[in-house]
Amino acid sequence: MAIEFKLPEVSEGVETADVAEIHVSEGDVITKNQIVAEVETEKALAEIECPYAGTVLKVHVKAGDSVPIGAVLLTIEEGAGAPAAKAPAKEDKPESKPAASASTPAPAAEPKPAAKAPAPAVTAAAPSTGGKDRPPAPAGPATRRLARDLGVDLYQVNGSGPGGRISQEDVQAYVKARLTAPSGGSGGGSLTPPPLPDFTEFGPTHREALNKVGKTAAQHLTTSWNVIPHVTQQDLADITDIELARKQFLMGTGKNGPKVTMTAIAVKAVVTALKTFPKFNASLDPLTDEIVYKDYYNIGIAVDTPIGLVVPVVRNADKKSLLQIALEVTELAVKARDRKLSVAEMKGSTFTITNLGGIGGTGFTPIVSYPEVAILGMSRGQQQLKLIDGELEERLILPLSLSYDHRVINGADAARFIVKLSALLSDPFTLLSEC
Amino acid sequence: MADLQAEIVVLGAGPGGYPAAFEAADKGKKVILVNDDVAPGGVCLNRGCIPSKALLHVAKLLNETQESAEWGITFAKPEINLDKLRDFKNGVVTGLTGGIRALCKARKVELVEARGSFLDSQTMSLAFKDGSTKTLAFETAIVATGSVPAMPGIFNIGDDRVMDSTGALELKDIPSRLLVIGGGYIGLEMGSVYAALGSEVTVVEMTDGLLPGADRDLVKPLQKMLEKHLHAIFLSTKVNKLTATAEGIVADLEGANAPAQATFDRVLVSVGRRPNAGNIGLEKTKVVVNERGFIEVNRRQQTADPNIYAIGDVAGEPMLAHKATREAKVAVDVILNEPAEFDAIAIPAVVFTDPELAWCGLTEAEAERDGRDVTVVRFPWAASGRAQTLSRTEGLTKLIFDTKTERILGMGIVGPGAGEMIAEGVLAVETAAVARDIAESIHAHPTLSETVMESAEGMFGQATHYFRPKKN
Repeated sequence: MAIEFKLPEVSEGVETADVAEIHVSEGDVITKNQIVAEVETEKALAEIECPYAGTVLKVHVKAGDSVPIGAVLLTIEEGAGAPAAKAPAKEDKPESKPAASASTPAPAAEPKPAAKAPAPAVTAAAPSTGGKDRPPAPAGPATRRLARDLGVDLYQVNGSGPGGRISQEDVQAYVKARLTAPSGGSGGGSLTPPPLPDFTEFGPTHREALNKVGKTAAQHLTTSWNVIPHVTQQDLADITDIELARKQFLMGTGKNGPKVTMTAIAVKAVVTALKTFPKFNASLDPLTDEIVYKDYYNIGIAVDTPIGLVVPVVRNADKKSLLQIALEVTELAVKARDRKLSVAEMKGSTFTITNLGGIGGTGFTPIVSYPEVAILGMSRGQQQLKLIDGELEERLILPLSLSYDHRVINGADAARFIVKLSALLSDPFTLLSEC
Repeated sequence: MADLQAEIVVLGAGPGGYPAAFEAADKGKKVILVNDDVAPGGVCLNRGCIPSKALLHVAKLLNETQESAEWGITFAKPEINLDKLRDFKNGVVTGLTGGIRALCKARKVELVEARGSFLDSQTMSLAFKDGSTKTLAFETAIVATGSVPAMPGIFNIGDDRVMDSTGALELKDIPSRLLVIGGGYIGLEMGSVYAALGSEVTVVEMTDGLLPGADRDLVKPLQKMLEKHLHAIFLSTKVNKLTATAEGIVADLEGANAPAQATFDRVLVSVGRRPNAGNIGLEKTKVVVNERGFIEVNRRQQTADPNIYAIGDVAGEPMLAHKATREAKVAVDVILNEPAEFDAIAIPAVVFTDPELAWCGLTEAEAERDGRDVTVVRFPWAASGRAQTLSRTEGLTKLIFDTKTERILGMGIVGPGAGEMIAEGVLAVETAAVARDIAESIHAHPTLSETVMESAEGMFGQATHYFRPKKN
């Protein structure tokens, strides 16, 4: 029997995925749970296992396709290697090779739910008028048809007419508002960029489509930038002593342990500062005008990967030792570069750290990741001359850039936060005593 | 290669099938309409809505000649020329079915008079009356095969004095005593016709009320009127057996007020209708037929077979011609990738008795069952000047509003002309009109339609012509 293998749910909340690679081709014989494809979702690359064994009759997608969850990827003729559960009862066919059984028998008793099966274009259109459970939305037939055409769920539209009646204008206004609003954003302005000029007028160009990671990042950053009034506070942390201690530890006791990096130490220091200034570990609810304080400390670590920027999260960093954090940061970074992060591993951070120290620079203005309210940027530590008690000393100075949401955090608090953070990073003992 | 080819084939030329064919042809498709009936138009035109209404019109006239006595006008006993009456009815049918043939021609819809049966999801075999067969290849098929009157085995005794609605419409004679089994709309309409023509009509209904499913407020005035015109109405009564004798058909009855046995010259069995999903080769397609015999479809009229759509009676309740016609347009739109969906909120139901009953949208009973917060306003026609001039004050107009939004959710009417008046209710419900929309739209005076306006006024307190004593 031919079966259709559909794209399974890759990760919670993910609705579409880009096909990165297809590992099988038509005519291939596959075994149960063989990895048949790789797909790229918002941030992660996922391997797709096919639970069926048999012969691939048809490959319905190709690399680069963007497909919704549930789309048919492969048609498989279940063959000799079929899982026991569905093994055909006929045993009298002597030594039929897997592919030979691929003659197409009539679909005898294929149990197909009637109303569900033929749904070529139905998926996109959410039920726009009443269903079994909902009373009909207050809109006339022409309005309902318009809503179906535009894919608008009438229950989301506020009717301007008496009794909440929804007019065609209401539907159009709703669509316009949705198009101009920053995606997923709220309270932001409605900035639509003007159309691009014709660049070829000035010289040759070529185009390259953003990948899924790039698209997601672009959307997210647009929201963040549009919604959050940003201010960036700079400071310099003297990390001479802590860097010395770190190096000694790594050469000595910590030789065989995880690599304690400056980022890992920063996670520890940030958590301490967040505890002192809880507003930095919060979000603003613009609908209720409330600050949502979070009683957990999940620190996002920005990682540069070949496919773009991803931000895995160190969960409950306040409950973890420096060594645990160091180990986790390293593991997450490796996973990120191998594109093995799950979407879940990139969700739920309360504060983000982005460390460009490995590359260079003396300071930058990181963008706060909505709905967080602050982000710490670290630049390259540099040997600088510093006056200490009238003596010129060579010290290792780390530039810190703290961007924050000015709606939630005022400048004085930001200065206090960064001073606290600098102090923690400057003195190993302070860090030790407070973490 | 098949003998015939069509982009769209429509199976069945009733009020679902022929509008589907026309719509598709108007939108540029090559359409073949396959019909195995005597003429296009389906049950509706040939053996249903249309001929029964022609007869009901005559029945109404006959009744009015009686009612007029109270106004000082008396007529002699009418002479009924049954052959001429039948000719009138048949003439109406022939005129309309001829019209459909002409419209097919004008639209270049090929009307093939044959019995169609699916060979697979892309081919149909056509069996012609002369015994020849052809094959027909199609891209998309729309099944609109309708329904037939149900004839339970115990009533099917092989005697032509036991009729279904088709037989009753043939008007072979005017039986002295007619038994109508089933107090639904078909039984009551045909019972009324025969009563007006002079038959002694007995209606037996299994449930405890006429027109099961209809609002009791609406049924009450009708029942009162029927009790006057019919010989007897037995509710909560079963017909256990029919026996053919030379004397007539003997019916064994079981019910509190019914005699154990009674003899009738003819019996009309009107206990419901059965969808026609059998014997058309659906088993050779992926179409799923449910246990009640209906083809399963979604709101886009799609069956489980991507090439096959279904509309009308065969695709589910309510089995009404106008529902089929709307579904026909939805199916064609969907085939043409238009954003259509059968999302009707209000499918009007009309019973063409005298008085007529009509309703649409939510009923009071449904609102109660669903626990919805509704306000029900009733406007008795005794308060309508127009109803007084017609001497028909038993009518009632009833509106059901959402209490919070004042949106009109349903309407029910009983009274002469209810079937025409319900259109306003359908428009109000479908367009989500609120009470004030109707109350403040001027309705012509003096008409029965004013009762709709005044019902809506009732939502805000008092209606001009009807005063409700205030509670405290």
